[in-house]
Amino acid sequence: MIYFLCLVLLCVGIYGVLRKRNIIRMILGLIIAEHAINLLFVLIGYRLNGRAPILSPDGPILQMVDPLPQALVLTAIVIGLATTALLVALAMRLHGKYGTYDVARIRELKG
Amino acid sequence: MVELYILLILMIIGAVGALEMKDLLSSVVALGAVGLGLSFTFLVLKAPDLAITQLAVEILSVIILIRATLHKDLPEVPARGWSGGTAAGLGFAVVFLGVAFLCIPDLPPFGEPLLKVAGHYLEAGLKETGAANLVTSVILDYRAFDTLGEATVLFTVVMGVLAVMRAVGRKERGKADE
Repeated sequence: MIYFLCLVLLCVGIYGVLRKRNIIRMILGLIIAEHAINLLFVLIGYRLNGRAPILSPDGPILQMVDPLPQALVLTAIVIGLATTALLVALAMRLHGKYGTYDVARIRELKG
Repeated sequence: MVELYILLILMIIGAVGALEMKDLLSSVVALGAVGLGLSFTFLVLKAPDLAITQLAVEILSVIILIRATLHKDLPEVPARGWSGGTAAGLGFAVVFLGVAFLCIPDLPPFGEPLLKVAGHYLEAGLKETGAANLVTSVILDYRAFDTLGEATVLFTVVMGVLAVMRAVGRKERGKADE
């Protein structure tokens, strides 16, 4: 069930990418979809009543959560920031050239 | 468990708000709320490294997006009317969620990870890498090439943004045809 809510979030993001006319809104939708996928990975690696995967000198810790998805998502979060920065830079260049963020109007103003 | 559901529902509300609000700046702030909720969710899911990183990254991306929405002459973008496209979008959502609902039982059930590979990391991580934090041992030792690729992507993006935003050496708009 919790997976399903996560996929609903992904759906909201994809809807934003597909149906919005404002470029900034499309970028927001992409970021939301990214968040949903990152969350899905970590959810799959979660163990009920688990502990964070950090060892302690006091003794062995049982029931750790899966560290592998966490490491992969750590990479994905940073790459998400990088793609966001590049997309926003391109959107700002488009705004500088055409004076609008509206994709339909940018299509009209071609050339 | 209950707090996870509450946080996820708040995130979905924030996401819908980010896409539907009239003002672009409010949308960006709503996206910041979604990112904050995600950070708290990571904390609940026992991923402190991810929570810290997510918080820092969200702050940065909100700053970048606010920079893009700061233009004073930002014209209102009219929303698309209710049309076949919107209906197709909602139909896509229904089909996607239906298929997802059928597929969810094939995932490992919530709270019981597979630990096929990570079981070895949990047992031998300290002995083989010497890092007490096992996430660190994975990203900097077992999967260090992954992190190298990440650094490459970051460097490439910096160069790309510099090339896109560069003002020097670009022709003026009216003179481009001469």
